[in-house]
Amino acid sequence: MVLIYVDHSDSEIKKSSYEVLSYGAAVAQQLGVLAEALILGTVKDDLSTLGNYGVSKVHQVSNETLNNLDAQLYAKVIAEAVTSLNAEIIIFSHNQTGKAVAPRVSARLKAGLVSGAVALPDIANGFVVKKNVFSGKAFANVNIKSAIKIISLNPNSFQVKKAGEVATFEQLDIKIDDPKVKIVSVNKVIGEVPLTEAEIVVSGGRGLKGPENWKIVEDLAHVLHAATACSRPVADSGWRPHHEHVGQTGIQIAPNLYIAIGISGAIQHLAGVNRSKTIVVINKDAEAPFFKAADYGVVGDAFEIVPKLTEEIKKMKG
Amino acid sequence: MKILVCISKTPDTTSKVSFKDNNTKFEEAGVQWIINPYDEWYALVKAIELKEKDTSIQLHLITVGGADCDPVIRKALALGGDEATRINATSDDSYYIATQIAEIAKQVNYDLVLTGKETIDYNSSSVGGMLAELLNLPYISLAVKLELNNSAAIVTREIEGGEETDEVSTPVVVSCQKGVAEQRIPNMRGIMAARTKPLKVVEPVVIDALTSILNYELPPPKAGVQLIAADNMQELVRLLHEEAKVI
Ligand SMILES: Cc1cc2nc3c(=O)[nH]c(=O)nc-3n(C[C@H](O)[C@H](O)[C@H](O)COP(=O)(O)OP(=O)(O)OC[C@H]3O[C@@H](n4cnc5c(N)ncnc54)[C@H](O)[C@@H]3O)c2cc1C
Ligand SMILES: Nc1ncnc2c1ncn2[C@@H]1O[C@H](COP(=O)(O)O)[C@@H](O)[C@H]1O
Repeated sequence: MVLIYVDHSDSEIKKSSYEVLSYGAAVAQQLGVLAEALILGTVKDDLSTLGNYGVSKVHQVSNETLNNLDAQLYAKVIAEAVTSLNAEIIIFSHNQTGKAVAPRVSARLKAGLVSGAVALPDIANGFVVKKNVFSGKAFANVNIKSAIKIISLNPNSFQVKKAGEVATFEQLDIKIDDPKVKIVSVNKVIGEVPLTEAEIVVSGGRGLKGPENWKIVEDLAHVLHAATACSRPVADSGWRPHHEHVGQTGIQIAPNLYIAIGISGAIQHLAGVNRSKTIVVINKDAEAPFFKAADYGVVGDAFEIVPKLTEEIKKMKG
Repeated sequence: MKILVCISKTPDTTSKVSFKDNNTKFEEAGVQWIINPYDEWYALVKAIELKEKDTSIQLHLITVGGADCDPVIRKALALGGDEATRINATSDDSYYIATQIAEIAKQVNYDLVLTGKETIDYNSSSVGGMLAELLNLPYISLAVKLELNNSAAIVTREIEGGEETDEVSTPVVVSCQKGVAEQRIPNMRGIMAARTKPLKVVEPVVIDALTSILNYELPPPKAGVQLIAADNMQELVRLLHEEAKVI
């Protein structure tokens, strides 16, 4: 059986969870086994609808303590569920929760982990999963040799698919230890699209000259329902918050559309964004290296181009 | 108080990535090796900052790798740290690496174990979590801020769309990223002192790797950029809508 870990926050199931459900269901189909889901804590969504993404059963450990991430506690509960349900394959999203928990479950169960997977496994010879390496500059095909196998899937790497079934639902009775991690405070930027989940990202670089000029970036992001990002010097100069910094040393993203405005396209910047499906570069220097990595390019002054682009998108969206 | 920082060696960020032997091996010719940026700039520098505040702290460094890691670990010692251990083994399996580090860490009872958030070559984000599990310690990943308050660690970590601040008693394992500390450059005195700091080489314990890399692939080359005139944003919108189908 393939067991898919369903991540949620603020009692809502995350978008990345629908991706892993669809992915896990596809893996189960490849192997001719069932796909089932595991959710820790409580959510307001009706869990039987997860069947729409191809799982036949949803297991829930509905203890409210589990609404807060404590990686140690989670790993213990998930490992116990895997053992009692006899799961052979466990799927996580390679998001913040998956990065904290999947390695622990792997070490606990001695189950090989491929993290940052970008495709379905190749099961013709062994169990080979393609993952992202060298910060987006290459892929590695990794064979998992252990009996239990764990995959954490890169966000935005697998198309959500609806399968149209209703899942049965089961409470799992697992004893919970006291958490060791106490949450002191949470600081979420309300109303913004989280960068790692965003399908469209609009990003600005030093070419924008100063923080007071970011309105054109924000306006464009707004009409596209996009998240905003920036290059490293922009965050380092305090023009934009650090959590917007993308690149080798910042956040790595793979949206459907990345629009780079006034960013030169240094190799360390590209390392964070080169897995984007479509890249648009707006830069006044036709020689900027970013154009080599772009699908569409506009050479010219961002201060003139970006507002016009925003207007055209508004028109198209009616 | 004792702190352990896990140091890995990675190709310089500007290295050309190519492969040899039927795409089964990374082409190392001409590659500059550096300390993995997350390990150096954030994990190690944070540990050095903590030691500067409390000189009774013992700061140990550890790496799993062959003799070719010695220059990198010496550079880490030059930045700061009292002694280093190199476990003499090369592996691309995170579980193998974490198990080797855990074997050594168990003997010392560290109060704080720091890793980088990921290596920039394997991008696994795995070794820290595995190590925490093997040591049966709590784990906070993707830290952007870290302070110690007696026996508690106050750690701010990245969450989707923001940050969360957690409190946890030490000992604890933390993976570090940007924000935790500010980058610094080793000075001459540090470089001289590093030459005499102990660098212990130990042999690995025998365990099986759980995964192995069969081969590598490079992404297909981009078709090339399609340029759109600056005064024709209507055309760009049409292409994004009809051709790329992304808006
Ligand atoms: C180890 C290491 C790690 C790094 N990690 C990262 C990382 O994670 N992320 C990152 O981004 N960088 C990183 N860097 C820095 C990186 O090398 C570049 O310095 C940085 O990305 C440059 O940012 P930029 O493109 O915003 O600025 P610049 O390089 O200054 O480029 C500005 C661009 O704006 C254009 N421009 C100017 N005016 C206009 C206008 N009016 N309209 C349109 N275009 C205009 C210019 O032509 C130019 O191309 C790292 C560097 C190192 C050494
Ligand atoms: N060979 C190694 N030796 C010591 N520490 C390592 C090694 N590989 C990874 N690490 C540590 O684990 C972190 C995460 O690495 P990874 O799981 O490979 O992305 C790195 O930032 C290092 O701190």
